[in-house]
Amino acid sequence: MELLTAIFFTPFVEMWEFPAFFAEVVINGLLTGVMYSLVALGFVLIFKASEIFNFAQGVMVLFAALSLVGLMELGVPTWLAVILALGIMVVLALVIERVMLRPLVNQDPFILFMSTIGLTFFLEGFGETLWGSNVKRLDIGIPKDVIEYQGVLLNEFDIIAAVVGAILVIGLAIFFTKTPIGRALRAVADDHQAALSVGIPLKTIWVIVWSVSGGVALVAGIMWGAKSGVQFSLSLIALKALPVLILGGLTSISGAIVGGLIIGVGEKVAEIYWGPLIGGAIENWFAYILAMVFLLFRPQGLFGERIIERV
Amino acid sequence: MIYREAGQFKTSYGTDQAMLPIAQDRWVVGAAVAVMLLVVPFISNEYMLQAVLIPFLILSLAAIGLNLLTGYAGQLSLGTAAFMAVGGYMAYKFTTMFPGLNLLVVFLFSGVCAAAVGLVFGIPSLRIKGFYLAVATLAAQFFLNWTFNKVPWFYNYNPSGTITMPPRELFGVMAGGPAATAETRYLIALVVVVVLTVVAKNLVRGRIGRSWMAIRDMDIAAEIIGFQPYQTKLLAFAISSFYCGVAGAMYFCLYLGSAESEAYSIDLSFEVLFMVIIGGLGSLLGSFLGAAFIVLLPIFLTNAPQLVGLTLPIDVQKHIELMVFGGLIVWFLIVEPRGLARLWQIAKEKLRRWPFPY
Repeated sequence: MELLTAIFFTPFVEMWEFPAFFAEVVINGLLTGVMYSLVALGFVLIFKASEIFNFAQGVMVLFAALSLVGLMELGVPTWLAVILALGIMVVLALVIERVMLRPLVNQDPFILFMSTIGLTFFLEGFGETLWGSNVKRLDIGIPKDVIEYQGVLLNEFDIIAAVVGAILVIGLAIFFTKTPIGRALRAVADDHQAALSVGIPLKTIWVIVWSVSGGVALVAGIMWGAKSGVQFSLSLIALKALPVLILGGLTSISGAIVGGLIIGVGEKVAEIYWGPLIGGAIENWFAYILAMVFLLFRPQGLFGERIIERV
Repeated sequence: MIYREAGQFKTSYGTDQAMLPIAQDRWVVGAAVAVMLLVVPFISNEYMLQAVLIPFLILSLAAIGLNLLTGYAGQLSLGTAAFMAVGGYMAYKFTTMFPGLNLLVVFLFSGVCAAAVGLVFGIPSLRIKGFYLAVATLAAQFFLNWTFNKVPWFYNYNPSGTITMPPRELFGVMAGGPAATAETRYLIALVVVVVLTVVAKNLVRGRIGRSWMAIRDMDIAAEIIGFQPYQTKLLAFAISSFYCGVAGAMYFCLYLGSAESEAYSIDLSFEVLFMVIIGGLGSLLGSFLGAAFIVLLPIFLTNAPQLVGLTLPIDVQKHIELMVFGGLIVWFLIVEPRGLARLWQIAKEKLRRWPFPY
């Protein structure tokens, strides 16, 4: 009985009695959710265009952040370092397409997925050989002050991160709907063969997509790196982004955003109100269980394309 | 000429349906098992057994488990290590609760527990498939790891949170704990693996295996011709988890001796997945070849710089090892996406015609 009260009653009473604290938890969850979305976006872009489940997205975030910090340590000014890091990600995309994707065209999605895991190992070793493996601080001048608004404590940094995330998403949306390249990308995402037959170069599109998601990885790397330092554990946020991804649907950009927000809020609320009951640190798996239960009812995720199967 | 089945006439249904219908296969497999059983324990040293052969055997069993699920039934799973963890922790619970229990029975029960857990986490497979399912199986990985870390009952309220294998005897010989020799542990692992491989071989070529393959190739078509997709998928999850559970129990009892939940982390899941992919999906032989490859490769990479007279700082070497490992995996997938088992098949074709070109 006590347990049932603790599960179904007490948390809600707490929420009701301290609305400011609850609001703080929710808003912090939303802001973290935006950060998850940033990582998930990179996954979605690549999956949409090439049906590759790119496990290396997390390590691309790490690699981008490492390159940026490494360049800054060499004395390159921040703005130039960002551009150079972006350049590195584009070169990386070119190399990946040429060396890894092209020979693997038409293989089973399993195999492509495994090859991206191989890529994960490679990039991890490569990045750390190149730039060293100790924890680095990334300081690009984002303020980290705590501000108070109507009794709710917020971190300025999180708000800026959320704004950057929002700008990025809007930018990508415009890029996808308004530009010729974006149209070509969507055509490829719809149907590879049809796109090829109307003269859209598949290889170029893949390079562009991997470059764009490399750019998204760089933004995510800057944000996460500035928040918690650039180190190996940065690549593990890929594991945080996976439930976001399947919750939102593998092929939907808006799904990645909404999924990120749901997971961010759900995780924080569960950790704070129900976590202590069962020993804490439930953040690690809560998102997965949430996504799994959700998928039982809606197998293609929130905004995923309807799964139509034919024999 | 060497590998030619001409002249081997089948005169009864029994011989026609034998597990290894070709005589050469029987000889090779028989010889391999005999050597592993009778020669290897006497010629290998402690290091060889402990660092190479025991993990090779145990991880092969886990790879077979995953291969049954992914290679035969077509359900991608990233939670292998979690089911191994269930096996490991339940083996610890069983052997400490019932100290007199035969170690083999402990393995069996641990496998059954893992199968039950696998059944639960297999439920999403009824609704979702492909990568969605793969991510859903990660739920098992993180949730179970957390459980074994946070629920003290599983590690007998040990303040350090680790589980340690107590001294246990099997048929009068020290088999568990620090006093057990590597030879004993190796032989136990070998016997369990051989028996379970024979069972797996017979599963996949029988009715159950065929229903798995039908589901793998196209589940809707399989359903239409009368296979029950739900039962089939859940059975695949249960049996696969049973194998992983037994492997996990042996991983703890015979290999590690002392473990915490981190020993069964997601990295182990990926390692087993690599074994299956590199060995060849849908091939039991492939599971062994893949396991040998993945177990030997890091050892080789660690020792390679010394062999060519190069000394590197330890952290640089670790990173280069990672790079080479990742690069080799990508290279391997490009060269032979169907794995080592496929290479062996090609070699057999060649052997059949040798010394003639065609």
